[in-house]
Amino acid sequence: MASSASVASRPKAVSRPKVRRRGPLTYVFRFVVVAYLVLLVAWPVSLIAKQTFADGFSTLSTAFGDEEVTAALGLTVRVAVVSVLINLVFGLGISLLLVRYRFPGRRLLSALIDVPLSVSPVVVGLSLVLVYGGRDGWFGPGLEDAGFQIIFATPGIIMATTFVALPLVIREVVPVLEEIGTDQEQAARSLGANAIQTFRRVTLPAIKWAVVYGVVLSLARSLGEFGAVKVVAGNVGGKTRTATLAVEHKYQQFGADNLASAYAIAFLLAAVAVACIVVVSFLRPDVSEKR
Amino acid sequence: MSIEVRGIEKRFGDFVALTDIDVHIPTGQLTALLGPSGGGKSTLLRIIAGLEDADAGTVEIEGVEATHLPPQRRNVGFVFQHYAAFKHLTVARNVAFGLEIRKRPKADIKAKVQELLELVHLEQFADRLPGQLSGGQRQRMALARALAIEPKVLLLDEPFGALDAKVRKELRDWLRRLHDEVHVTTVFVTHDQEEALEVADEIVVINDGRIEQIGPPDALYDTPANDFVMRFLGPVTQLGDHLVRPHDLVLSSSDPGRLDKGYVVEGTVQRITRVGFEVRVDVATADQVVLVTLTRTEMAGLGLVEGAPAWVRVVPGAPTVRAIGPPPDEQLLEALDA
Repeated sequence: MASSASVASRPKAVSRPKVRRRGPLTYVFRFVVVAYLVLLVAWPVSLIAKQTFADGFSTLSTAFGDEEVTAALGLTVRVAVVSVLINLVFGLGISLLLVRYRFPGRRLLSALIDVPLSVSPVVVGLSLVLVYGGRDGWFGPGLEDAGFQIIFATPGIIMATTFVALPLVIREVVPVLEEIGTDQEQAARSLGANAIQTFRRVTLPAIKWAVVYGVVLSLARSLGEFGAVKVVAGNVGGKTRTATLAVEHKYQQFGADNLASAYAIAFLLAAVAVACIVVVSFLRPDVSEKR
Repeated sequence: MSIEVRGIEKRFGDFVALTDIDVHIPTGQLTALLGPSGGGKSTLLRIIAGLEDADAGTVEIEGVEATHLPPQRRNVGFVFQHYAAFKHLTVARNVAFGLEIRKRPKADIKAKVQELLELVHLEQFADRLPGQLSGGQRQRMALARALAIEPKVLLLDEPFGALDAKVRKELRDWLRRLHDEVHVTTVFVTHDQEEALEVADEIVVINDGRIEQIGPPDALYDTPANDFVMRFLGPVTQLGDHLVRPHDLVLSSSDPGRLDKGYVVEGTVQRITRVGFEVRVDVATADQVVLVTLTRTEMAGLGLVEGAPAWVRVVPGAPTVRAIGPPPDEQLLEALDA
């Protein structure tokens, strides 16, 4: 496979200089793009790292010594993992529904799925409070009487996080499902496979990379969510304060220690996000090759 | 024991894909569903396979009522136009798929896959991925995969449609030989009348959601039931109000006299085209241009040149069909009645 790919790309590589001529304008464009990215992204993020490691590793070790910080990180990881799992299961289900079935309201459903991308996370948080709020939400008081607290507790945080990351798996999987078509699935059926066997043996391997990509994106989004979580979490240190909330909280406190903790958590969040991007960019060429 | 299709109807929204289809497909034969694109032949095949549900009618496969059976329980092998290869599995695993689903012992699967790969001449490609095969090889793999489950019926949907002309011709011959070897009841869909005439034991001509004629290739060619079948199965020209094959016309350079008077038409040679061994002569008669094909030797004997007078008649016993225009639009007639 590798050899055939390199053979196929060779003529392209030869003809490339003819297509892209490097005039002075090319360099101007490059400079503008690089400057834009440095000023907006690279420099500010690198300052976080610089602040974190200003005193070597002592900032990180101090921060990790703080129980509040480790509790916040632990909560964020738990919330992110659970909401990624929920979004994975529902994302696959909704993707199959959207691509493989025709039903009234299908386009409306497809449009609804994009709502979490366009609506401000704060609005998401507020709307969840209106439905599940313990005092005067729609379901809230009833659920609270039954012993389930949602708002100002972990379930609420998970719901808010799941909400904002909802479209990511679906938007990765749907185009791939559309591209592979139904021929392979029908072939599997005619060879005796039932629906579950067909999905596991034929559909899932075909969409595997899209699913991985969607999960990585969801994970990055879930770890970094702030606005929606801020409204529903209650921000009680050690209980309902996630990592992003802890950054804000620590940063607003007085004292060099708190500031250092804020930098340390911010650095960790940024590092995980960068790691996600690296993973994804390694997967990307794989995706196009496998097809 | 056969495939019995009775009273099948299928609509897609307003579009009528099939109406009142009755077909009997005998066991062990190679049957072609032939017709123009969009005529409903693929839909019929997919209904037999269970990949599509009919709105009405029944399907019986080898004595088993199959109308409401899901595809995985019909025991049919299906081959798709675009191969439908499992891209992530090797050729051997593709062929083994149906057997693995049926949880056959590993050793049995291995032996069966080997046997099938030899049958389709792909044994040296067992460990390759489908993406590394040519189109013809992929389709042979798909055939082996369908045959692996020992289906009662093998259904092929335009199996050679995506291949280039030369490979298509080779695979066509190969399919015929394969069928003579394995004798599984086979139905294939094609829009290529030459493919159907060459390969099939029996041809079902389908047009506009209806069956036009069913019969062996020779019968269809020699005694077409109507002008559609006549036109679809070979070259035609019109003499008077009859359709006739251009090679069933006799050309003479002088008036043949009163014999067969009704079928003798006088005209002028308008154009002479030679294509290899065949000579095509356009004869302009009073109201139409008739195409006559003859061999080079026959043409030389006649000594006709462009502009010369010529007489055209039909060979006695040749199939002719009264030419009618397309059937009147029924909806339009209903609208006029109302």
